[in-house]
Amino acid sequence: MRVEFISGNEASAEGAMTAGLKVYVGYPITPSSDLFEYLSEKLPERGGIVFQGEDEIASINALVGAALAGAKAMTATSGPGLSLMAEGIGLACMVEAPLVIVDVMRAGPSTGIATHVGQGDIMQSRWLSHGPYNLVAFAPFSAQEAFDYTVKAFNVAVRLRLPVILLSDATIAHTRERVVIKESGEIEVEDFKRPTVPPEKYRFYDPDPRDLVPPMAFLGEGYYIHAESLSHDERGYYDTRPSVYRRLVERLVKKVERNKKSIVASKSYYTDDAEILFVAFGSVARSTLALVRDLREQGIKAGLFRPISIWPLDDEKLIEASKRAKKVVVVELNQGQLVEVIEDALWHHQRYDVEVLSLPMILSETPSPDEILDEINSKGWKLW
Amino acid sequence: MVETQEVIKYPLDDYLRTERLPHIWCPGCGIGMALQALLWSIKELHEQGVIDRKKVCFFTGIGCTARASGFVKFDAIHALHGRAIPVATGAKLGNPSLIPIVFSGDGDIAAIGGNHLLHAARRNFDILVVMINNMTYALTGGQLAPTTPTGVRSTTTPRGNPENVMDTTKFVASLRPNFVARYSVTQPTILRTVFKKALPKRGFRFIEVMSTCTEIFGRHTGFRDPYELYSRLKKICKIKKISSIDEIKYDWENEITCGTFIDKDDPSFLDMYFKMYKPRGMVYGES
Repeated sequence: MRVEFISGNEASAEGAMTAGLKVYVGYPITPSSDLFEYLSEKLPERGGIVFQGEDEIASINALVGAALAGAKAMTATSGPGLSLMAEGIGLACMVEAPLVIVDVMRAGPSTGIATHVGQGDIMQSRWLSHGPYNLVAFAPFSAQEAFDYTVKAFNVAVRLRLPVILLSDATIAHTRERVVIKESGEIEVEDFKRPTVPPEKYRFYDPDPRDLVPPMAFLGEGYYIHAESLSHDERGYYDTRPSVYRRLVERLVKKVERNKKSIVASKSYYTDDAEILFVAFGSVARSTLALVRDLREQGIKAGLFRPISIWPLDDEKLIEASKRAKKVVVVELNQGQLVEVIEDALWHHQRYDVEVLSLPMILSETPSPDEILDEINSKGWKLW
Repeated sequence: MVETQEVIKYPLDDYLRTERLPHIWCPGCGIGMALQALLWSIKELHEQGVIDRKKVCFFTGIGCTARASGFVKFDAIHALHGRAIPVATGAKLGNPSLIPIVFSGDGDIAAIGGNHLLHAARRNFDILVVMINNMTYALTGGQLAPTTPTGVRSTTTPRGNPENVMDTTKFVASLRPNFVARYSVTQPTILRTVFKKALPKRGFRFIEVMSTCTEIFGRHTGFRDPYELYSRLKKICKIKKISSIDEIKYDWENEITCGTFIDKDDPSFLDMYFKMYKPRGMVYGES
């Protein structure tokens, strides 16, 4: 264990090395490139390879190959790069390749402002590839969480055999803070779930009925695995029968839901008696937390619910945090994405009594607490 | 007298997922001939102790040729359209002891995957790429490929192909990887020898195999009989020694130049990476 004063991007890189990163494949894109550069210096001496792909399509596909060869694999990118990875992420879900993608969100759409922050990839991170599938996304709000949740992202990826996205943003990525760096042994690091039967009995997509995740043999071990991007049976053989398709795709979708308890993460602040519940994540949650503290000093019963796992959402904790709330205000740097997720969760739990107010801020900088307050006042809401 | 029925075993059965046969390829298709030559070369190298078949991995994209990954008894990834090369690249980075073979078609490798081909060749990255060129998008019904000869009809160029054609072998040769060759399914014995030569080598190795697609390409171009198309290919695929890559021709009317155009042993990408970066605890072959 050691303490360092590093950025969120460097903390993610350190987290990946603690988790046992073996292959990093990247393509330069602001504001993620310094993570790539940091690993280019450090990873070889930790027993891994850093490789620069010809584009983000190459990066994500190379990660699928590396993961199925038994290497813990990661890339980092930003919105435009993530868009290019859409098809590859679907491939990773379909062939069940565990890997980690750090998405350092910047101001979009399109090329947007490369050096400025955004939070516009919430829906993109979940729905960017075509067809039904499921994956996991965590959003850190500090360099320490960038470290901790990169380690957790690897743990969840290998436990569930799927891609995990770390939804960081430009502010978190480049803010230097004190970070406690732990090594494997000091923090939980999970290994791949390995076959328990001999090669002749092993099937690459034969799930463990408890967690719906098939144990994983690697390329080159004599199991003769067949990873298939087409609809496939338990052996990985192409099969067009609707029953086979349904069995496969339902499992791919359900395996996140089945293992939700071990994935979800969130943090609640001043929520025991909160009548106005703010919801924010990432760098915006830092300003929102400061605003909540200001409001508390004025005697206003405000609280903050901060989701860390965005996909899936820690909805039980949200319901608990909102138990006394009459109004929920969702603050985010986009046109209103997280609000859809929060509203959906509240309605799912029959909390029709809560008024959900969306506070989307189309800014390319992390707003200060005062700016958030001004935005609230400009709406004319009677919150207190 | 009890009659015992002898089970006839084909010598390559151990290298095939026989339970998945028959394969999808049409009568007259050349992909099976190319695959057979490749499997023979792997079998021979494995039996001679040159390579371990357990380390051989097939990476394919999408298309008729790409379906091969489902029929061979090796580790295999049937990946996305055009992306077999980066998947193979990642696998080799993840475990440098693997022997990756990309086996896919011209649409997959030269068109949608062209950027990956370019950079893998430029890097002299340690994979073998076998591109089966049937000059069309066969699985989707005969649309224009970059390899479709100029003037020839396809379903998306019904009045003939107005484009210049892509000579993939010449293009790859210009990037100077360790091995570049082009042969035809009409030269199956030579193919076997060439695969055997290229497979154990380091660095980037590219072998283009001219092939027959009688059902789609043949029909659209007026070759009613598979034999006619095969004969045409046999006539124009001329094996030559060249002194410059400028001499390589891709002319459907007269000559598609065949031969081994580059065969050298420059340090590969992984040779260079391991020498310069020395990833701790990892080794690459004898380097």
